[in-house]
Amino acid sequence: MFGLVPASVAGGNLSSLPSLLAFSIGPLAHLSPLDIAVIVIYFAMVLWIGFYLKKQANTSEEFFMAGREMTAWIAGLSFVSANLGSLELMGWAGSAYQYGILAAHWYWVGAIPAMLFLGMVMMPFYYVCKTHSVPGYLKLRYGPGASIVSAFSFAFMTVLMSGVNMFAMAEVMKVVLGWNLNFSIIVSSLAVAVYVALGGLRSAIFNEVLQFVLIWGGALLVPILGLIEAGGWTGFKAKLARDMATGAVANGDYTHMWRSMGHFADNPMGIHWTGIVFGLGFAISFGYWTTDFLVVQRVLAANNLRSARMAPVIGSFFKMAVPFIVILPGLLGLVVLQNPDGSLMHLVAENLATPGSGLHSYNEVLPLMLVRYCAPGLLGLGITALIAGFMSGMAGNVTAFSAVWTYDIYQPLINKNAKDEHYVTVGRWATLLGVIVSIGTAYLVMSAAGIMDYVQALFSFFISPLLGVVLMGMFWKRATKEGGFWGLLIGTLTSIGLWAWVYINPAALRYVALSPDAKTMAEDMYRALWSVITSVLVTFVVSLFTKPKSLAELDGVVYGATKLPIEEPVPFYKNEWAWTALAIVLFLALNIYFW
Amino acid sequence: MQSGHISIWFFIGVLLTIYGAMILGDGVLDLITGHLPNVVLANLHAPVWWGALMLAAGIFYGVRFRPGRNG
Repeated sequence: MFGLVPASVAGGNLSSLPSLLAFSIGPLAHLSPLDIAVIVIYFAMVLWIGFYLKKQANTSEEFFMAGREMTAWIAGLSFVSANLGSLELMGWAGSAYQYGILAAHWYWVGAIPAMLFLGMVMMPFYYVCKTHSVPGYLKLRYGPGASIVSAFSFAFMTVLMSGVNMFAMAEVMKVVLGWNLNFSIIVSSLAVAVYVALGGLRSAIFNEVLQFVLIWGGALLVPILGLIEAGGWTGFKAKLARDMATGAVANGDYTHMWRSMGHFADNPMGIHWTGIVFGLGFAISFGYWTTDFLVVQRVLAANNLRSARMAPVIGSFFKMAVPFIVILPGLLGLVVLQNPDGSLMHLVAENLATPGSGLHSYNEVLPLMLVRYCAPGLLGLGITALIAGFMSGMAGNVTAFSAVWTYDIYQPLINKNAKDEHYVTVGRWATLLGVIVSIGTAYLVMSAAGIMDYVQALFSFFISPLLGVVLMGMFWKRATKEGGFWGLLIGTLTSIGLWAWVYINPAALRYVALSPDAKTMAEDMYRALWSVITSVLVTFVVSLFTKPKSLAELDGVVYGATKLPIEEPVPFYKNEWAWTALAIVLFLALNIYFW
Repeated sequence: MQSGHISIWFFIGVLLTIYGAMILGDGVLDLITGHLPNVVLANLHAPVWWGALMLAAGIFYGVRFRPGRNG
């Protein structure tokens, strides 16, 4: 769910979602019969997959964990796809138009280190202990207290966020295509409900891989044609320099990622490099990519430990490439988008793009680029990519909700000793329940859009403290169940407290984010960092004064107390460490090239 | 993973084949009739080459991972 909105790519801040909805003029595009056929065929295909996979979702292991049969490639693509939402695509393209290539931080430093850490360091423990979920891991490590807190907060917030994103997507479809809100909400959520309830996680994963291919197939053409029109990257930079010299484009460094990070006031995002590295690169992104069950569930479905470790590594390469279809179109929009009279189009902030103003907002840059280049058929493909992005995110939400509800809430608290088929039935109903609550939330948000801000903030409160507790539990044998419980609770309260402080007194941002020049986006990064530090410290201190588990009890869940299975030697090109090294080199090269 | 079952790559192959054929067909029709869609760089005939690429990828995956063939 985090992946559906711009500032949430690596998990955390969802506060810019409302801005995505502030479109000014619509509809932007008119679909031809060919475009509509493309969309209809997509829906037919996802339903076909759901019905086909129903017969492979009979046991709980099959329904909730896809039988743990996914190859590294399928788990890896699904892992990335569950995060690659349509609103994220549009929102970050808008951010790139507004802030330049700084927006790529959310794809690179805000994702790659965490993904590689999950694969190479944390995955063995998740996988070897055979947990069904992240709250399930907490139960094995800390006992039921921390697990129940985590399960309830995750389940509750997952369906709420799913609803928020559903509403946001319906709004996008209304503005881009003129579609009725009810139509978008009902059709897309019913399709997701059917294919997930029938085929469980396997169906969700299959569709996420399909959706991933569609997102690339539908969106890749835009930067290719944009680069051709701009005269390549060099031509783009020359045009941008020319437009800045004439005042047609606001002055700024649009093509470098780190040069303006020395001080909060030096860049339009109002962020310091410490916030990017430690806040985004550690607290937020590690919290999201390594402990949010929405994405971790995909990797747990891998068919062996090597695949489970390889999946995030494979995913990292695709994640590094996503800026090509998101950030680059936003940047190209700066120099190629034109008004009907041939003058350079200026996209504006949402509050200026009011109905009747004749102006478009930053967040419309991707649909505008789609309409600019895509002929009938290709436009339908691009729109299908947006719908597919939304559906993959929603399917991720409901499958994760279904598993956590069944394994971490229903089984321990309501019915401990039922037959396996019973839990599958509960899971199917939980899927439908999750969709129904999501639809309800969507309509709730529709009636009071302000609720959205609070729902988004609420979710961000739980992710970072969870990271602190999971890391302490996984790498420190001495951590106790009391330490885990209080670490999670006080870390969460710290996050809520800091948010409330800034909400009540905006001037407090200078203390939370360490500078009077800090802007809102910096708050999320530092708040996440403080809550991780708090949860780690509380877990540490409380653990020192409470009784630890014996080493035997920690087997399979803690570093140093777990004997990991010895993996068969493989050629270097199949070795996860070799691919991790390559990913690190590529990650560093990209950051250095765009320094 | 898919022994005895249809692979996800087959589904992807089918979808890409259908999309590729539709988009390529429309692009070729435009090429023959001389009609250019009202988009920038229409002279590059993106539907033709993009549709052809999708069709080729679709056929490859559809055949390579067809049911009954262990892939």
